Amino acid sequence: MSNTPMSIARSGPALVGRSRNGALSVLIRPRGWVLGSAMFGLLLFLCVLAIAVGTRTIPLDQVLSGLVGQADRATTLTVQRFRLPRVAVAVLVGAALGLSGAIVQSVTRNPIAAPDVIGVTAGASFGAVIVLLAFGGGTVGYGGAAAELSRIGLPVGAVIGAFFAAVVVLGVASSRGRGGAGGTFSTQRVVLVGIVCHAAFIALVHWSLTIGDVDQAAKAAVWLVGSLHGGGWEHVAGVGLALTVLLPSALLLGRRLSVLALGEPTAATLGVAVARTQVASFAVAFALAGTAVAAAGPVNFVALLAPQLARRIVGTSAIPLVVSALVGAVVLLAADLVARLLVPGTELPAGAVTALVGAPYLLWLVVRTGGGR
Amino acid sequence: MSWAGARSLGRPAIGLLVALLLLTAAVLFGLAFGSRALPLPDVLHVLVRRDESDAAIIVWEQRIPRTLLGVLVGAALGVSGVLAQAITRNPLADPALLGVSAGAALAIVVGTFAFGITTLATQIVAASVGAAVVGGAVLSLAGYGRAGMAPSSLALVGLSVSAMIVAVISVLVLLDAKTLDEYRFWLVGAFAGRGTPTLTTVTPVLLAGLALTGVAVRGLDALALGDDVARGIGIRVSRTRLVAGLGVILLTSTAVAAVGPIGFVGLVVPHAARALTGPRHGWLLPYAAVLGATLLVAADVVGRVVVRPGELQVGVVTAVVGAPVVLLLVRRAKLAGAVL
Repeated sequence: MSNTPMSIARSGPALVGRSRNGALSVLIRPRGWVLGSAMFGLLLFLCVLAIAVGTRTIPLDQVLSGLVGQADRATTLTVQRFRLPRVAVAVLVGAALGLSGAIVQSVTRNPIAAPDVIGVTAGASFGAVIVLLAFGGGTVGYGGAAAELSRIGLPVGAVIGAFFAAVVVLGVASSRGRGGAGGTFSTQRVVLVGIVCHAAFIALVHWSLTIGDVDQAAKAAVWLVGSLHGGGWEHVAGVGLALTVLLPSALLLGRRLSVLALGEPTAATLGVAVARTQVASFAVAFALAGTAVAAAGPVNFVALLAPQLARRIVGTSAIPLVVSALVGAVVLLAADLVARLLVPGTELPAGAVTALVGAPYLLWLVVRTGGGR
Repeated sequence: MSWAGARSLGRPAIGLLVALLLLTAAVLFGLAFGSRALPLPDVLHVLVRRDESDAAIIVWEQRIPRTLLGVLVGAALGVSGVLAQAITRNPLADPALLGVSAGAALAIVVGTFAFGITTLATQIVAASVGAAVVGGAVLSLAGYGRAGMAPSSLALVGLSVSAMIVAVISVLVLLDAKTLDEYRFWLVGAFAGRGTPTLTTVTPVLLAGLALTGVAVRGLDALALGDDVARGIGIRVSRTRLVAGLGVILLTSTAVAAVGPIGFVGLVVPHAARALTGPRHGWLLPYAAVLGATLLVAADVVGRVVVRPGELQVGVVTAVVGAPVVLLLVRRAKLAGAVL
């Protein structure tokens, strides 16, 4: 009990002192609504920009008529067949990752906890790779035409992998009965165990790279950093479906999550079923992370970065769920735009951009807070 | 922590002898098993009398260099794990988790991509530079926090740095399929295809690295007491750290250049050694060397046997075996109890 508030106070600015206000005022805080709307505007602007810019630049007026099918055939095809689904995948995957990270950070009350830091994303990659190996006849057909079966199995494999990793990490890290600070999960232990599991899963995933020829390995290598290249409507459908189910679930949990932010003993006193809320929240978060990985590969750091940006933008101490999803979408869309434009003639994976931006941020966070000790 | 020394000389010495016997058994298995299993009597026969038979050619030209490489690299990884944990006073410090391996990997990929280096000697030089730069950066960032950092923080710093490096590598690899083809097999950590030339190149460097650690032994024991106490009993703290740090970089980068980044050996072996022999580095280092060698040779044998006629790379085996061990250590709080 006595240790918990200390660790929160060090892991984020004055979380304890302000959370009571924050929990009550999140819903009516005008600043949240104004900045949330501004974020939404930015997202729309980026969407239009991402549709307009590419190997062939489409004028802005043509973008709109291309969207409704009124432009010439080539433009309509480019917009509707290639750019729009890619933008939609970026937005949905980014939103899923942002939301997932927001939930995990809320439950663990640790700004460093995110599905990709605690090994869940790596587990999802592992699950996806297993499916690809099983259905690819010994060859890895990441996104290849031969992988019709794996197209259906891949999201399932990724989600199962995510849950497998989550069960291992949380199972090992749970501190039931050790009387540690009154919490079910020692957050530092979760991070510690997560890093170890991450390393093990990644070793297994790398092994899959050695199977198959170099072209397939190249595709796999891109997929493994997280790429939106070749994102089509079937990916949109997958993540879209997951979000329509999981976003409302997350919002339903949001109320209890903000009570949980007061500390587990307090939340229990206020009538929140702590353990059940934690498990349900993790389930929603890891399902989101798993589907995101299935659609775009393990894009790193979006889930880590987005909730913290959202918290700063809205100015609350609790992590705002919807704004985190919005920020996640903006971050991933922007990263994909940069990745497409940075080296002309080459498509960099969006995950490389998010890693190059996100990793220094994590470094800063760790060095500044001492790792949420 | 016994400074009395000689009093308990007997038990660790016997333990080390047992460990050496285990290593010998692992080496014999390494010589006997492969895509073609040879009967042990035949192996022993061609070891004594090298003739022109198939068995002799297989044993002498493939399995002996490969197994010796396993012994050396395993010893190097085990010892560098002990050194890394000693100088950071952090039970989680492992050359792979700290990003040192990633730094070496980056240097090798950049070397292949930009300068077309393919000889092992130049790769070792490049890897050492990369390991030194990244290892130094991670350690100084980690030391930047007040009063040192929590174990998980050091691992997180390593994770962030590794993630950045992996992103850069993936971009380079994307731009050049030839680099990728070299890199993907090397990435998992494997002994396959690393024969006598690799062995002859890395042996002197690894032996030098192992010898270097002998210089630091006394200082390492003192470091465990804290910097101030160590200074008080006349140990030059920063010199000890520097020598041991050089040892880590030399051993890790050479191992990585030779067989790729093999995880978990540097993390698991020191803890196993410490459980067997206690905290004194005079015993800890030789134990770690022998246990690391045994683990790696055994993992290589397992990798060759389980998916015959194919083979599972040794790095995959150490991850599958090592991760549960580390998780068990965390669970039982032996690894992190005091700090978490």
